[in-house]
Amino acid sequence: MTRAERNGAGRAMTAMARAPLRGRDPGAPDELLEVRNLHIHFPTDDGLVKAVDGLSFRVDRGHTLGIVGESGSGKSVTSLGILGLHEGTNALISGEIWLDGEELVGTTPARIRQLRGDKVAMIFQDPLSSLHPYYSVGDQIIEAYRIHNDVSRKAARRHAIERLDRVGIPQAAMRVDSYPHQLSGGMRQRAMIAMALSCDPELLIADEPTTALDVTVQAQILDLISDLQAEFGSAVIIITHDLGVVAELADDVLVMYAGKAVEYGSADDIFGRPEHPYTWGLLGSMPRLDRERAERLMPIRGTPPSLINVPSGCAFRPRCAYADLTGGRSTDEVPPLRRTAPGHLSACHLPVGERRGIWAEKIEPNL
Amino acid sequence: MIRFIVRRLIVTVFLLLVVSMITFGIFFLIPRLAGQNSYQLASQYVGRNPTPSAIHAIEQKLGFNEPLVVQYGRFAKGIVLGAHYNAGPDKTYCPPPCFGYSFRNQQPVWPMMMSDVPVTASLAFGAALLWLVGGTAIGVLSALRCGSVFDRAAMGIALAGVSLPIFFTGLIALELFSFKWPIFPDLQYVSLTQNPYLWARNLALPWTTLAFLYAALYARLTRAGMLETMSEDYIRTARAKGLPERNVIVKHGLRAALTPIVTIFGLDLGLLLGGAVLTEFTFSLHGLGLFTVLAIQNSDLPEILGVVMLAAFFVVIANLIVDILYAVVDPRVRY
Repeated sequence: MTRAERNGAGRAMTAMARAPLRGRDPGAPDELLEVRNLHIHFPTDDGLVKAVDGLSFRVDRGHTLGIVGESGSGKSVTSLGILGLHEGTNALISGEIWLDGEELVGTTPARIRQLRGDKVAMIFQDPLSSLHPYYSVGDQIIEAYRIHNDVSRKAARRHAIERLDRVGIPQAAMRVDSYPHQLSGGMRQRAMIAMALSCDPELLIADEPTTALDVTVQAQILDLISDLQAEFGSAVIIITHDLGVVAELADDVLVMYAGKAVEYGSADDIFGRPEHPYTWGLLGSMPRLDRERAERLMPIRGTPPSLINVPSGCAFRPRCAYADLTGGRSTDEVPPLRRTAPGHLSACHLPVGERRGIWAEKIEPNL
Repeated sequence: MIRFIVRRLIVTVFLLLVVSMITFGIFFLIPRLAGQNSYQLASQYVGRNPTPSAIHAIEQKLGFNEPLVVQYGRFAKGIVLGAHYNAGPDKTYCPPPCFGYSFRNQQPVWPMMMSDVPVTASLAFGAALLWLVGGTAIGVLSALRCGSVFDRAAMGIALAGVSLPIFFTGLIALELFSFKWPIFPDLQYVSLTQNPYLWARNLALPWTTLAFLYAALYARLTRAGMLETMSEDYIRTARAKGLPERNVIVKHGLRAALTPIVTIFGLDLGLLLGGAVLTEFTFSLHGLGLFTVLAIQNSDLPEILGVVMLAAFFVVIANLIVDILYAVVDPRVRY
């Protein structure tokens, strides 16, 4: 399939999939980001890596979307794609990314660069390696601010101190001159957040923002993100493999598997009425404090598939306990993402009724 | 920062002391351990075919039959205060800094070396400038266009540059650009103060030859460093901020990639200042390298000892400067 064909086919598919997508009018004033049928493929010597394969979702202003999935499910590739950070690599990108009415796929690198850090900002996983070791945090925030704002260094420095103070760094006026290695992990991540927020972005993408941090600090950072979201009114995409993080922050949840969305709905849907066996698996493998210790976690058997040789049909089939119930359809056909309830979509061959039965009888009681 | 520099300075002085002891030990202690007596040792200080009486005179004059500690004390004192070699009617004074007295040439070693230093320094600094700019520039371009024709050609040439010895590239360069096409017909060293144009023109070939070897090395190092740095997370962060790519490369990439280069550059330059033996020999430049070669050929131990001490001194000082520079460049080093 050529790029254009894929695009065309993608549009037709999105047109079908879009109407039920979150159940709101497309192009509604509160919509900030809409991703339609996004493909991000990487040609390698071993074959085509389909890191993201037909992904669609939207994020409204002031809302939080959680993207969940195992390593290699395409979460981070998606977020980097929104920022246009695959430029310069050999990535093949097709589909549409609409940010505030502006199409980002295929726009000029210069335009994307203007948006980066200004309208869309990103927080990365490991603040130690993501901050430049040779520049003070202040310098790095000042740099981020002055790219998009024509202000003096002095004014930018005041702004940096103000933001550092806002993200809860004590003695911000002094810490502004600290180097990343002089700060603790939590403080570094706060500095990173201050940098991301320096230009008041409308969309904040947090890629595993708490993974590299102490458990005690994780909750503080999540609280901070949620406070700042309320204050600045930004939309947030939080990418994580930790369902606990999603449960705390997200309004909507997108569950990804092997580059595709397998379930998409409100946080209530995903945690209260999950409809995909993979989501069940994620929930089952989450440790819970309110349960007996003797009860063992239920890991998802098997390993995530190679993105070069994705299993035929349903990519989750080899690991799915219910694949046999589909009568062979899961081997032959890729299950489409279908609406099963208002605002709730899932991609599974099993009839919805049957899945709801399994959830109610076998899964939920054992969680 | 100032405390860091002071501490480094103290360490450096100490290091120089140790270097002088080791050097001294190599020349005076090891022959003794190997069973040489002071007469045999003295015979090496007078050059070829000496008479027994001359050897005895030197043995007396240099005090070889005294304890080693006393000898070292005198040597160290000589560097600071100068030394008097007194034995009977034959009085010799070696003014400070006295790095020994060449009895074969009947001259103190230090002024002889000093007259050769400008040649070596001109050669080393000129070539260093060339290879630093050329090597890193090629390395950066290669890294940014990794896998391209330019990259492959540059790295191929670099491999040749690293592998080919100076006396090979130097002779080819001489043959081509001095004889066949006499662009640089004259290779006589002219001092910079005397005639800057001739200084540069006559040194152009040695510079290029020497720089070719090092530029090749630096291009490969820079390329590897740059490739590694550009895949760091903080580069992604810099891009995510919306920084123009040029700034990402120069301010964030190159800054980090060049830090190890600074270290190697300092040490290479320090080493070269002690004499670029092959280059000087190939181009008949009378610098410290050629001085060393001649000293060895003539078995003139005081000269060898002096030049070894001087070379060690350059390396130690270069080390000090590198350490301080490193602290300026990388804030994590300032402890």
